[in-house]
Amino acid sequence: MELVLSAGIGVLTASGVWLLFRPRTYQVIIGLSLLSYAVNLFIFGMGRLRVDAPPVLEPGGTGGLLTHADPIPQALVLTAIVIGFAMTALFLVILLASRGFTGTDHVDGRE
Amino acid sequence: MNWFDHLIILPILVPLVTAACLIPVDARNQMLKGVIGFCSTVLVFVIGIALMQAAATPDEGQSGAMVYLLGNWPAPFGITLVLDRLSALMLVLTSLLALATQVFSMARWHRAGYHFHSLFQFMLAGLNGAFLTGDLFNLFVFFEMMLAASYGLLLHGSGPLRVKAGVHYVAINLAASSLFLIGVSLIYGATGTLNMADLALRISTMGPESRMLMETGAALLGIAFLVKAGMWPLGFWLPATYSAATPPVAAIFAILTKVGIYIILRLSLLLFGPDAGTSMGFGQPLLLYGGLLTIGFGTVGVLASQAMGRLAGYCVLVSSGTLMAAIGLGNGAIIGGALYYLVSSTLTICAFFLLIELVERARDAGADVLAVTMEAYGDLDENEEEREEGEAVPGTMAVLGLCFCICALLLSGLPPLSGFLAKFAMLHGLFNPGDLGGQEPVSGAEWTYVGLLILSGLSAMIALNRVGIRTFWTSIEGTIPRVFLIEITPVLVLLSACLFLSFQAGPAMRYMDATAKALADPQNYIGRVTTAPRAGSQGGQ
Repeated sequence: MELVLSAGIGVLTASGVWLLFRPRTYQVIIGLSLLSYAVNLFIFGMGRLRVDAPPVLEPGGTGGLLTHADPIPQALVLTAIVIGFAMTALFLVILLASRGFTGTDHVDGRE
Repeated sequence: MNWFDHLIILPILVPLVTAACLIPVDARNQMLKGVIGFCSTVLVFVIGIALMQAAATPDEGQSGAMVYLLGNWPAPFGITLVLDRLSALMLVLTSLLALATQVFSMARWHRAGYHFHSLFQFMLAGLNGAFLTGDLFNLFVFFEMMLAASYGLLLHGSGPLRVKAGVHYVAINLAASSLFLIGVSLIYGATGTLNMADLALRISTMGPESRMLMETGAALLGIAFLVKAGMWPLGFWLPATYSAATPPVAAIFAILTKVGIYIILRLSLLLFGPDAGTSMGFGQPLLLYGGLLTIGFGTVGVLASQAMGRLAGYCVLVSSGTLMAAIGLGNGAIIGGALYYLVSSTLTICAFFLLIELVERARDAGADVLAVTMEAYGDLDENEEEREEGEAVPGTMAVLGLCFCICALLLSGLPPLSGFLAKFAMLHGLFNPGDLGGQEPVSGAEWTYVGLLILSGLSAMIALNRVGIRTFWTSIEGTIPRVFLIEITPVLVLLSACLFLSFQAGPAMRYMDATAKALADPQNYIGRVTTAPRAGSQGGQ
């Protein structure tokens, strides 16, 4: 499981960074999205990988890291997803505006 | 817990609520929106002054940090807001800049697009939150809030130039935010906490493996803030972005680079102070050499730029480079002067951005700037003339020229104004470390710093002289710009704040030195946060 997750994060990051350096705005935004997926998975991984461990306590029960997953990275990832999603949407609008003004989808506004 | 403790949350809440309330107000009522926004900022300013006084007043023998537990959970678990001298200073500085730029925008610029005042208030909420927060993840949230609003503000007025600058600005900041998140999660993974004070406690007892992870996280976090502060290889976006933004927006953006500086200052002194074991002074060489390179790059840029907007952008770079290198020197005695420099240079640059627009209205050479404006406005400009309120200022050129001279003195650090005093204070701290710094002789890097500091002042003076002569003395057209009282007043207020700093340099420097002392000895901050009592635990609110 660790290998799959780390390979996934690595592939997403590498593709994201590569796309980020491309000259087309569409490639840049896809690159940023891939990068944010990688980051979200990474935050999740920082809470250590666990199977079958709930992050919330049951009523009346006591919790511990032996029986429960660390809830904080999961909360963080939720916030990061929301913020990342909003930023991507905003960026998309700006890219469309740029396309409208310059007539090209090059990041510098000219070929 | 008395009512006064609740004041800490208000600098975040007031702008947030105001911004939300302004959204449904009809866009044709921009003036009403502006006045409401202005009132909210005045309120935050007054609260900021009160908090600053509270932070500076010694209580129980020592002036300490005030802690506000949001949600009433004890410190390492819940969300904490912490107010100390440094954050109070930044709050007051931010709201002062906000007041000036808001008034300036009400003359014409706030009509160039929708929701200017809402975005402005959202940005203030984010800024104040970033200054007040006591843990890293909320820092991220407030930072993103500030950035999201700044994207909107940068695009205010639209036009191809701004959209192009916006694409670059947003892309760079989104990538930097990813680094920020990776850094935060690495630090959490290595230490198990996000509370800054708790983090400072845990760093001293970390094992070597997790210490390495933590340092990697801190480095990534630092890069995110250095992008914001515009350190040399990361700051190429800055002059283009700042000169493309509408003048009031560029003026308030002067504080955004200082957010990066503020957080680097806070974290490097809190986390990597003398108690940090082998991590002590982590990242300082990078900050020092990066800062020196930034000053060098900014200096060359100042000399090379033709348009005044770009010149001001490079002045921003010089200012943040100076501060980064000052932090990187790791000499406690210099920090007091650096804080004084931070306040003085931010006020000056803000005033300069506002002044540029007024001056360039007269110049035909600034036609490129005007062209952008015309494009943005379309045909609006003709109706604009009649709608503008207020009277034109008499002797416009004289007033503008005087303001320009004061700006030039402040930016180049010539006596007798605060720009000079700030540099003098830093150099004094460098050569007389006293009990805060080391006792070693002045090193090569420090001499380079001294040289660059003076050289950057010289280059600013040359560049501003050139621009000033071209604008005020050899102006061929002889057209006098129409400047309204509501536009020149903010510039005058900002410049008189600098004059006030110069004449009251004694008390101001005492405040800054006390701030530097408190930063150099973070035990008080850590103690206050980790032992903050929950409301109700002492019986009664």
